[in-house]
Amino acid sequence: MVSPILELTNINKSFGHVHANKNINLKINKGTIHGIIGENGAGKSTLMSIVFGLYQANSGTIKVNGKEINLKSPKDSITNGIGMVHQHFMLVENFTVLENIILGFEGELVFGKNLEKAKKDLKNLCDTYKLNIDLNSTISDLSVGFRQRVEILKSLYRGAEILILDEPTGVLTPQEVDELFKILRSLKDEGKTIVLITHKLIEIMDLTSEVSVMRQGEMVGHTKTANTNKEQLAEMMVGRSVLLRLDKSQLKAGEVLFKVKNLTVKDDLDVTRVKNVDLEIRAGEILGLAGVTGNGQTELLEALSGIRKVESGEIYLEGKKVSDSQNFLDPRELKDKGLAHVPEDRQRMGLVTDFKAYENLIFGYHDQQPFSKSSVLNHSDIISHSKKIMEEYDVRPQSPNLITSNFSGGNQQKIILSRELNENPKVLLVGQPTRGVDIGAIEFIHQRLIDMRDRGAAILLVSVELDEVLSLSDRIVVMFDGKIVGEKDNKNVTDRELGLLMAGVV
Amino acid sequence: MAPVDKSKVPWWVSNLIVPLVNLTLALLVSGLFIFIAGENPYEAVRLIIYGSFGYIEGFAYTLYYTTNFVFTGLAFAVAFHCRLFNIGGEGQAYIGGLGVFLVAINFSFLPVPIIWLLSIAGAVVFGAAWAFIPAYLQATRGSHVVITTIMFNFIAASLMVFLLVDVIRDTAQMGPHTIALPEEQWFPSFKDFAALFGIKIRYSPLNISFLLAIAASVFVWFLVWKTRWGYEMRAVGHNTQAAIYAGISPYKNIIIAMCISGGLAGLLGVNEILGVHHKIVAGFPAGYGFTGIAVALMGRNHPIGIFPAAFLFGILYQGGSEVTFDMPNITRYMFVAVQGVIILFSGALENLFRPQIESFFVNRLNMKANA
Repeated sequence: MVSPILELTNINKSFGHVHANKNINLKINKGTIHGIIGENGAGKSTLMSIVFGLYQANSGTIKVNGKEINLKSPKDSITNGIGMVHQHFMLVENFTVLENIILGFEGELVFGKNLEKAKKDLKNLCDTYKLNIDLNSTISDLSVGFRQRVEILKSLYRGAEILILDEPTGVLTPQEVDELFKILRSLKDEGKTIVLITHKLIEIMDLTSEVSVMRQGEMVGHTKTANTNKEQLAEMMVGRSVLLRLDKSQLKAGEVLFKVKNLTVKDDLDVTRVKNVDLEIRAGEILGLAGVTGNGQTELLEALSGIRKVESGEIYLEGKKVSDSQNFLDPRELKDKGLAHVPEDRQRMGLVTDFKAYENLIFGYHDQQPFSKSSVLNHSDIISHSKKIMEEYDVRPQSPNLITSNFSGGNQQKIILSRELNENPKVLLVGQPTRGVDIGAIEFIHQRLIDMRDRGAAILLVSVELDEVLSLSDRIVVMFDGKIVGEKDNKNVTDRELGLLMAGVV
Repeated sequence: MAPVDKSKVPWWVSNLIVPLVNLTLALLVSGLFIFIAGENPYEAVRLIIYGSFGYIEGFAYTLYYTTNFVFTGLAFAVAFHCRLFNIGGEGQAYIGGLGVFLVAINFSFLPVPIIWLLSIAGAVVFGAAWAFIPAYLQATRGSHVVITTIMFNFIAASLMVFLLVDVIRDTAQMGPHTIALPEEQWFPSFKDFAALFGIKIRYSPLNISFLLAIAASVFVWFLVWKTRWGYEMRAVGHNTQAAIYAGISPYKNIIIAMCISGGLAGLLGVNEILGVHHKIVAGFPAGYGFTGIAVALMGRNHPIGIFPAAFLFGILYQGGSEVTFDMPNITRYMFVAVQGVIILFSGALENLFRPQIESFFVNRLNMKANA
């Protein structure tokens, strides 16, 4: 039996009320590629950030080569031979490859001997691992795939024996993925140890020899990759916890209220994120959109709510075209037409956290009667309105004058929901309605969404929580890599089937 | 040290105690300067107080300076609520003064109160127009207002020198200033008011612009916290993403906030031209635009804070000149340094002792609550 190069025992980490890592145990053997798989928010990145010294665990021990170490910062990890390639690269764009790699390790005031030595060492590393990087090219001229290689080279140059890669393929094209895998294999052959964090089952099956599965902050299983299959992993990853079934009346779907035809959307970096999506939502129906974060849901929601420009395709509200690539309504005009939007990220988009609660409770509706008359805000009406809906939606504490950042996440979410639902919209777009919300509030929020549906609203529910999608939706579509890869009636679908679709397996 | 839970800090700690501690520190350091310069700091403080409060004209001077600082402080604060760092108050005030003069001289056939109202409007429009260009560039091109507004200060200064030398100079003389406005258009001064009550005092530049400063403060308070405009400006300032989500246009609000800011800075021209010089004099904004930044920061960008902060700087200006008059070792520049120290402590180093002070009071209050 080989002794593990990296051993974690009983690692715990909490952020406020969120227990991100619970009693994690993990052994990684030298010279292997070890996969860590799990849904978004399962705690994979947190765990690896602890190993890399970015976070400190609340309790637990970390051993490298059998020796217990104390990691206070990434510097400690680097001295212990641990390197990490982050999802978002940490490179200075207008520096050359060489300058980036020696950054912080220059070793001398005026470049001379050390630089020459560094160049030689780096050349050797490039040759050994077939990295094929020109040390003198500027980072901004390099493609994403090459930038990632620079990160790998950087870690190797600093003496990494264990290399952690956090979702390395998320930003790569399929060809680049193949190249990366070649490099990773050659690293393994030279005796390096690789930890691959991913939510993609294909990569695990392709590349790893062992795999550990995380779910909701816990390590739920370890196995040799050869002894398992995609279906089994998907099941472990998604979990088979009993679904919280809601009292939901029979579907009484009416006419089509919201329709999306052949929609394509690009993100800020000009990458196509939504690819030829078609959707139809009827009155009195909840359409669930499942998918792993980062597969285009965010951009889709933003385009549908008028925040992001439509690249091509059309959006119809109550049979009338509201947006295409030429003419589009802005968020306010869409609101006036009866479309409400609960954004995915409440703090980034749904709220102004420095505002008082009452200011957020009218946010986006502040120019309407009775909140504002000829540009002057009607304070007393706003306050009485706020008190009323804070009571109705059980926002705690019920103080409209409190600064919003002082409310808990769940109550912040209730502020947004109460604001948007109170307008009785015909179409409601909801993104991650219960992310970071405690269980009591989840039930309440779900019930409100069902009520809206029963009153005849068309609801698009975007969520990474499969349980949520399954318990609320009448119909479910799955998004993967910007495309709708499957549509299921909620009556005859299992979480496993959805899990496979979400992972892009079938 | 663990960060303090902001919601538990009483308002008077963060809004009164912390600024007072910063101010005290600044005064202690300034006292050290004065001591090193070979004068008695205690005596200097006495002179400052005497100079700014001790006699009626001195106090009037203090309030005159306060007026200018209120205008430029409010100007900075309004833009800052939209997270725009408008350091172009100096140039906007200069151009605002041009507006005052051009309106007053061209509409001199109208009744005087109407000329005053139009001149005030002229100041606002000219100041706003000067702020509009940087605002437009920021909104459409992302050219940072810090850079553009400071450049516009220089452009304003050069433009005004050109106008004052070549275009609107009083040709009866050689100095870079215009002819005087007709005397009936001059703002009533404090001296005139005192005379109404039979009190005879000597000249001071204080005039009814002081009332305009009070009105402007009320206006800014109302605008920022009571109107839809202020609400939208603050939303854009605090969270642009959320503003877009709510259908609020960052583009529109950047321009509105900057124009209101520039208009307020322009009001300084009303005080200086209708109230004091009665003509455009080269360089009349004299740094008030820059000091206004410190006034706004010290006043936490709220009119209720800006007014006392402006008053404090008024005391320093007026009391400072008294000190330089009586103490040969203290030059005028010494007092510029004192102002600098105050700006340093209440602006740049504002948060130097905040965590300690806040946690001290929070712990104290917790102990009391538990006892």
